[in-house]
Amino acid sequence: MNERLFGIHGAALTLRSERMGVIASNIANAATPGYKARDIDFNAALDARISAARGAASDPRTGMVWRTPTMPSLDGNTVELSREQVAFAENAVAYSATLSFVQGRVNTVTRALKGE
Amino acid sequence: MPDRAPMTMFSLTTRAMSAQMVRMNAATSNLANAGSVSSTEAGAYRPIRAVFAVELDRASGLAGVTSSGLVRSEAAATKRYDPSHPLADADGNVFEAAVDETAEMVEIMDSARQYQNLVQALQTAKQLMLETLRSQ
Repeated sequence: MNERLFGIHGAALTLRSERMGVIASNIANAATPGYKARDIDFNAALDARISAARGAASDPRTGMVWRTPTMPSLDGNTVELSREQVAFAENAVAYSATLSFVQGRVNTVTRALKGE
Repeated sequence: MPDRAPMTMFSLTTRAMSAQMVRMNAATSNLANAGSVSSTEAGAYRPIRAVFAVELDRASGLAGVTSSGLVRSEAAATKRYDPSHPLADADGNVFEAAVDETAEMVEIMDSARQYQNLVQALQTAKQLMLETLRSQ
């Protein structure tokens, strides 16, 4: 039902929200020794979600990847603050875009229901 | 305590901000004690440093941060010959705290930047959440 109403955008919005949490975790652990930065490969994760919604078996953690640092640091931490900032901003914009698609869809359906 | 509750963006940022606060307080204490002297080597102030650890929340997949403790630096106090000093020992030596002011300043600046980053991330996340809530 969810998939028929919102198409790809329902799963995409959930995934964007999860990715925001993952990147925020990286930002929070910028000074933790030995912390390995993570990220979600959006395409792979979205494909997995959609095939899961259609009934195929898939691991909910598909698409989780470790970040490769440009320059490894001595304490084993792989967070690069500038990269995390850019990723966070990019993800926030994409979230807004997906949200407006969902909103548009809701508006369309509402108008159809009201019969205006 | 909400320890049992799953971690949200808000609790994640709160914890990380508290951890940065501990780190900044430790560096400030070190700066405040720079130049303090003692009559014995053991009594000299030794710089403290906050150590962070990851706090993984399996329910939400978020990784918070907690300050797992304060560690005293092993740096030896600087011995200075100053017989006129009221705290000088029998040989006329005083022991000065081994605080590296520059390193502490850098630590404070780094911590302040990360704190700022957290606030900004939370602001963006909050704004997106509100937008999602307001959409009809």
